[in-house]
Amino acid sequence: MDQDVSILDSIDPDLSGRLVSKRDLFARASGKLGALATTPLLLAAVSTEAFGQGLPRQIVDVLNFALTLEYLEDAFYHAALSRPGLVPPQFIGVFSTISRHESEHVSTLTGALGGAAIEKPQFDLTGHGKYPDILSNFRTLALVSQTLEDTGVAAYKGQAPRLYGSGEVLTTALRIHSVEARHAAEVRRIRGVRPWTGAFDKPLSKRQVLAAARPFIAS
Amino acid sequence: MHHRQHTGPIKGTGQGDAERIQRRSFLKFAGMTALAAAAFGVDVPGLGLGKAFAQAGAVDLGAGDIGILNYAYALEQLEAAFYSQVIRSPYDGMSRHEYLLLKDIRDHEISHRAFFAKALGRKRIPDLEPNFNAVNFSSRHSVLTTASTFEDLGVSAYNGGGAAIRHPAYLAAAGSIVSVEARHAATLRDLISPLTPSFAGWDVVDWKGLDVARAPSQVLPKAAPFIATSVTASRLP
Repeated sequence: MDQDVSILDSIDPDLSGRLVSKRDLFARASGKLGALATTPLLLAAVSTEAFGQGLPRQIVDVLNFALTLEYLEDAFYHAALSRPGLVPPQFIGVFSTISRHESEHVSTLTGALGGAAIEKPQFDLTGHGKYPDILSNFRTLALVSQTLEDTGVAAYKGQAPRLYGSGEVLTTALRIHSVEARHAAEVRRIRGVRPWTGAFDKPLSKRQVLAAARPFIAS
Repeated sequence: MHHRQHTGPIKGTGQGDAERIQRRSFLKFAGMTALAAAAFGVDVPGLGLGKAFAQAGAVDLGAGDIGILNYAYALEQLEAAFYSQVIRSPYDGMSRHEYLLLKDIRDHEISHRAFFAKALGRKRIPDLEPNFNAVNFSSRHSVLTTASTFEDLGVSAYNGGGAAIRHPAYLAAAGSIVSVEARHAATLRDLISPLTPSFAGWDVVDWKGLDVARAPSQVLPKAAPFIATSVTASRLP
């Protein structure tokens, strides 16, 4: 568990290097996300029973795992953009673009999985009360956005070797992975922090990612 | 080319945690590479093939994983040389903010180049001679558009080359690099067109939300104008 915490700390926005930026809107982000590292729980929603369109079980598992994260991101940005005035006008274009991509990723993954795709879970975007102002305070929204994107990048990266030998499926996952990295960099710039943490991005295991995502899953 | 003295993360840049994370990651992947290199017999005494190709005036990247790694190594050589020049002779009006970002990117590309050089050992291609005659290094527009072109090209190359990698450790390493290249790409695009959808624009992300993927045979012609050395990939997809 301690090991999990240290790994998750490495993607904690508050620990990443800061750049002096003209667009640094925020003197200091409030609240750390270290508490995200709660007890790892396997999502009941991630089924290992299904076999979509003849895909091997491991591929189905990886794609449904990715789909869970995409569902969460999609729900998050959709809710954020549905609140008038929450996202400042100068950032609407960026967040609308990110939101559209997450919807497209959901469609792309459900399309690949066919009947094996999991249902969309119920989400609690406050993270069970951890971020009570997530849909009223843009600073909190941006902080969680960065964390979701950085976690998404690390999640796809961690699963890529499990898609080894799957050809087009692996290529599709890689092509989503780099889009998530573009998102992460842009949100980091909006928050006034470095767009990267070093020359090599780190992967996260499925267990680590689920531990981070678990607070946002209501059901 | 005066970049060979930089073989690791640059110290004294005040990066703090970020720098430590970078160094730790690099060591981790260097360790993985040692395993992978052993598996591929990279350390078996070579035949000086690189030299032979250089004498013939053309460099062939090779086949299989060695070919893919040399392909990535060639692109990282190009990027490292480019950003080294950008930092040596900053364009007119480069802000402190831009300088820090570009210096970070230079350091990343140098680390990537060193990673592949080490992974390939004696099977690595020789140093390529860049050709930046088309770049006006005193012009912000010229430098940033060239940089974003390189980064987008690099992202598409890793995305398109990933499925051809046979050894999972190399796939993991490539995955750790490509997302950093994508972060570079988005950042450079944002410097050119701040706060617009350009960071992940329609020219790079399609209607399925997928980034560009290109085969080596599609990437090399786009890189060729910037490389004086003739590079061939006759045994790659």
